[in-house]
Amino acid sequence: MLEIKDICFKRDNKIILDHINLKLDEEKFYVITGPNGSGKSTLAKIIMGIEKPDSGTILLDGKDITDFSVDERAKQGLSFAFQQPVHFKGITVYDLLSIATGKNIDKKAACEILSQVGLCAKEYVDREVNASLSGGELKRIEIATVIARNPKVAIFDEPEAGIDLWSFQNLTDVFQELEKNSKGITLVISHQERILNIADQIILLEQGKVKQVGTREEMLPFILQTPKCCQKGSERHE
Amino acid sequence: MNDTDKNLLKEISDSDIKQADAYNIRKNGKGVSRKTNPYINIVPKEDNQGIDVYVTENTLLSIIHIPVLLTESGLKDVVYNDFHIGKNSNVIILAGCGVHNDKHKDTEHDGIHRFFLEENAKVKYMEKHYGEGDGSGKNILNPVTEIFMKPGSNMTMDTTQIKGVDDTLRETKAIMDENTTLVINEKILTNGEQHAKTIFHVELNGENASTHVTSRSVATESSYQEFVSDITGNSSCYAHVECDAILKENGHVKSIPEIYAKNPNANLIHEAAIGKIQGEQLMKLMSLGLNEKEAEDVIIKGFLK
Repeated sequence: MLEIKDICFKRDNKIILDHINLKLDEEKFYVITGPNGSGKSTLAKIIMGIEKPDSGTILLDGKDITDFSVDERAKQGLSFAFQQPVHFKGITVYDLLSIATGKNIDKKAACEILSQVGLCAKEYVDREVNASLSGGELKRIEIATVIARNPKVAIFDEPEAGIDLWSFQNLTDVFQELEKNSKGITLVISHQERILNIADQIILLEQGKVKQVGTREEMLPFILQTPKCCQKGSERHE
Repeated sequence: MNDTDKNLLKEISDSDIKQADAYNIRKNGKGVSRKTNPYINIVPKEDNQGIDVYVTENTLLSIIHIPVLLTESGLKDVVYNDFHIGKNSNVIILAGCGVHNDKHKDTEHDGIHRFFLEENAKVKYMEKHYGEGDGSGKNILNPVTEIFMKPGSNMTMDTTQIKGVDDTLRETKAIMDENTTLVINEKILTNGEQHAKTIFHVELNGENASTHVTSRSVATESSYQEFVSDITGNSSCYAHVECDAILKENGHVKSIPEIYAKNPNANLIHEAAIGKIQGEQLMKLMSLGLNEKEAEDVIIKGFLK
C-alpha cells in the first residue's frame, strides 16, 4: 500500500499542493485528473522523489520513504514514466531496457517487453533513444522501461502529452492490459476519457486539493459534466 | 614482444594482429615485424621514416594493421605512412599508437598519414590512441591525416582517444572529387590537465561529394579541448558537421566552426552543443535504479560508444 499523508508543496508563494491525503492499494488502477495547474504532475513527482515536499510523509507498505532519493525509491519498487521522454546519445532502446530490468537481459527478453507496449521489437531494439524516434515511439519506450521493472508502484505522468490522437488511441490498449494484469499499484495522471474509462478509482484534484475520490462509475458523470462551463463560454462567443 | 608491448597493443586494437591480411608493427622508431601478401605490399621508406602501403586494384575485404608502440621515454618519433588504395578495392586499416612513459622526459609520436583513394575505392580507417606510465614525462601525439579521394571513392575514419594522452594536435585534411563520401567519427575524453585540439579541413570539389563529421568529446577535471572545422563546398555537395561535448568539473571546450559555400548548390550544416549532462537524463536513469555516479558513467559511456 502507498500512503500519502498530509503532503504540502509551495513554490513562489503559491500553494501547489495543500494537505494531500491518499491511500492506494495493490492491483488497482488509479487515475489522477483535474484542471491544468491543479498539482497532478507535482504530486506524481513528489511520490517518485523528483520533487521534495515542504511537509508530509509518504509510506510504502508502512515504510517511510519521504527522505529517499529517486534511485532509492526505484530500488524500493517505485517507477515513473516521464511526461517528456528524455533523449540519449549513444544509448539504445536495448541498453535502457537492460538498465530498467537491472540485469543483463538478452535481446529476446528486450523484444518481449517492447511487444507489450505494441512496438514491433526487432525494428527498435538497437535504435538509439533520440529524436530519430517519433513522439509516440518514445512514449511507448518510456512506458516499456516502467513495465520492465515490474514495479510495486507504476506512475505515468500524462501519457497522452506530446503525441497525436491516433498514436494515443493505440496506447490505451497498453493501459488496459496493465489494469487487467498488474499486481502492483498503477497511477496515471491523465485528462483523457479513454484512460478515465479504465480506472478502478478516479482522484480529482482541484487547486492543490483532493476534491473527490471514487469509482469510475461514481466519478465519470461528475467529471464529464464539468466542461459545461466551456460550452457556455462558446455560446457567449456565438 | 614483452608484456608492456602486448598490453599497449591490446589497448589500441580490439582484434588479434596476427589475423590481419597484412601488418607492420613499429616500435620505438623502427619497423619490427611485417606481413604482406600478393595483393597488399608494405614497403619501408628510405631512412626508416615510414612505410608505403600498396593495395592492388579490386582487392576485397582485407584487413591491414599498422600499430606504433613507444616505450622509450624522451623519444620523438616522426613517421610518414602513405596508403595507395587501388580502384574498386575495399579495405579496413587499423592504426593506433600506444605510449608507455615511465620516466620524466616527454615522449612524442607524430604520424603523418596520407591516403590516396583511386576510383571507387573504399576504406574504413580506425585509429586509437592510448597513453600510460607513471613518469612525469608527457605523452604527446600529433597525428596528421591527409585524404585524397578520386571519383566514387568512399572513406570512413573513426578516431578514438580515451586515456592517457597529455597533448594532442590532430589535423585532418580531405580533398574530395565527385560522388565521394567521407564519414569521420571522432571520440575524445580528456582529464587532468590534458589538452586536445582537432582541426578538420575538407574541400568538397566534385558534384555530389558528401561528408559527415561527428565529434563527441568529454572534457573532465581541468582539461581543455578545441574543435575547429573548416569545410568548403565548391560544388553541388553536402556537408554536415556535428560537435557535441560534455563538460565535467572544470573542463573547457571551444568549438570553432567555419563553413564556406562557394557554390550556390552547396548544402552545409554545422551543429555544436556543449554543456553538462542534462539533469533529466540523470533523473531518468536514477528512476531506473542507478545512483548518480552510475547514471553519469552510463551516459558518458553511451556518448562515446
